[in-house]
Amino acid sequence: MYQGFYEIKSNKKLTDSIFEMVLIGDTSSITAPGQFINIKLDGFYLRRPISICDYDDSTITIIYKVVGEGTEVMSKMNAGEKLDVLCGLGNGFNTSKSLDKPVLVGGGVGVPPMYNLCKKLIAEGKKVTVILGFNKKDEIFYEDEFKKLGADVKVTTVDGSYGIKGFVTDALKETEYSYFFTCGPMPMFKAIESTATTSGQYSFEERMGCGFGACMGCSCKTKYGNKRICKDGPVLEREEIIW
Amino acid sequence: MVNTKVNLLGIEIDNPIIPASGTYGFGYEFAELYDINILGTFSFKGTTKEPRFGNPTPRIAECTAGMINSVGLQNPGVEKVISEELPKLAKVFNKPVMANVSGFSVEEYAYTCEKINACEQVGWIEVNVSCPNVHNGGMSFGTEPSAVEKVVKAVKAVTTKPIIIKLSPNVTDIVSIAKAAEAAGADGISLINTLLGMRIDIKRRQPVIANKMGGFSGSAIFPVAVRMVYQVYDAVKIPIIGMGGVSTAKDVIEMMMAGATAVQVGAANLVDPFACKTIIKDLPKELAKLNINDINEIIGGAH
Repeated sequence: MYQGFYEIKSNKKLTDSIFEMVLIGDTSSITAPGQFINIKLDGFYLRRPISICDYDDSTITIIYKVVGEGTEVMSKMNAGEKLDVLCGLGNGFNTSKSLDKPVLVGGGVGVPPMYNLCKKLIAEGKKVTVILGFNKKDEIFYEDEFKKLGADVKVTTVDGSYGIKGFVTDALKETEYSYFFTCGPMPMFKAIESTATTSGQYSFEERMGCGFGACMGCSCKTKYGNKRICKDGPVLEREEIIW
Repeated sequence: MVNTKVNLLGIEIDNPIIPASGTYGFGYEFAELYDINILGTFSFKGTTKEPRFGNPTPRIAECTAGMINSVGLQNPGVEKVISEELPKLAKVFNKPVMANVSGFSVEEYAYTCEKINACEQVGWIEVNVSCPNVHNGGMSFGTEPSAVEKVVKAVKAVTTKPIIIKLSPNVTDIVSIAKAAEAAGADGISLINTLLGMRIDIKRRQPVIANKMGGFSGSAIFPVAVRMVYQVYDAVKIPIIGMGGVSTAKDVIEMMMAGATAVQVGAANLVDPFACKTIIKDLPKELAKLNINDINEIIGGAH
């Protein structure tokens, strides 16, 4: 974990409510795809945990949805402004178990952490399928970005306005895969749990106090004992989860 | 050189800064960030006789200048705290630590305190009779003078280390509770625990927290804490540890002037993991600005 002030390089709208922000600062504390940062905003007591979409030696890309007052403030920030950030939080995805044909399933704001994961898996020489689930066409983001990485990309929309009509699991049933990684809303997780035929990893969301394991605000029970979503998660393995 | 050393119930601590129970775990998360031996001490995660998972999630709600938690005393139980957590802590913290104990009956308080009392690492035992997040226990002991007396007497009978009673602000008359603790033999008093609070999600028309209510902490509660420490200082002779919304070195000075011998820092640690480090660094400077050479001269200075 590293705490520092990060400069906003860009902050752009991807859809009506989804924004992409690039931050300039220390990224040495990031050890795996699927980790998150925790952002302090003026006027708000608690930090905002946001997953890392991508990073390099000096920048972090995050994608966030405007859902409340904090993310509303973030969406209005401009390049050059600075943010107090705790970086490199959480365990992240473990790619070593993915075998040769992993599938990545992202639903809505669960899509962003799949991006750096996809990049890493492809760099490891794996054949990656990405399934991106949205409600409708105008909510879709990052389809081209995943394609550019070299992944086989399938997009589903609930209303059928783009790609495969239905849920991510409709695409998952038609996919051949060796392992899965997923991030998204709980109903999607439950559908995946009843559909998936291999081992996999789920990245969970929970209301957090600190984001670094001190307050026990985001605990959950697992088959391997109590875990803190922020510190021992957010990624849990399929085998340990109690649904 | 400004002196920041204070004597807390027979043990000299380098400074009066003590991270509050429940905001600092068993210290390891913070030890990854800085040398936690700079602290006066810290009060470890509230420990009960049996292991506890605590309350359902969501357990956290944000407020203006504060937060509500309903963790519900999640802890591995006293046996594991002694066999696993304390040996791990010994690797990163070489000062006496403050144990924090909670219970659901007088017998449980006594049982857990007796076990903890045998631990060499523990300098003080802070007995929490004020947790707002557990039913049939915790706070109910801290809202009745007679119940506080029973807990204090039972704990004192089986311990030798200084016993500090942590009081709830959710009472009509904090002074009568503090006096009861003192009369029963408590060595010190710490206050305030969190204020019982609640938030409602207006879109869902539902409480934000699964347990509906929780403990409100953070800088918003600081004035309440200062007031209660001030009142209790006038009423008892035993030392007071002040807490509640303390976030800066100036807050520490104010709390000590109200009557605190030492000061706990709680929610601030969760927002800024370096909060205590910053306070410890700033404290001598802020004291010097006020021409204070020895921090001991300000204890109760506003009376």
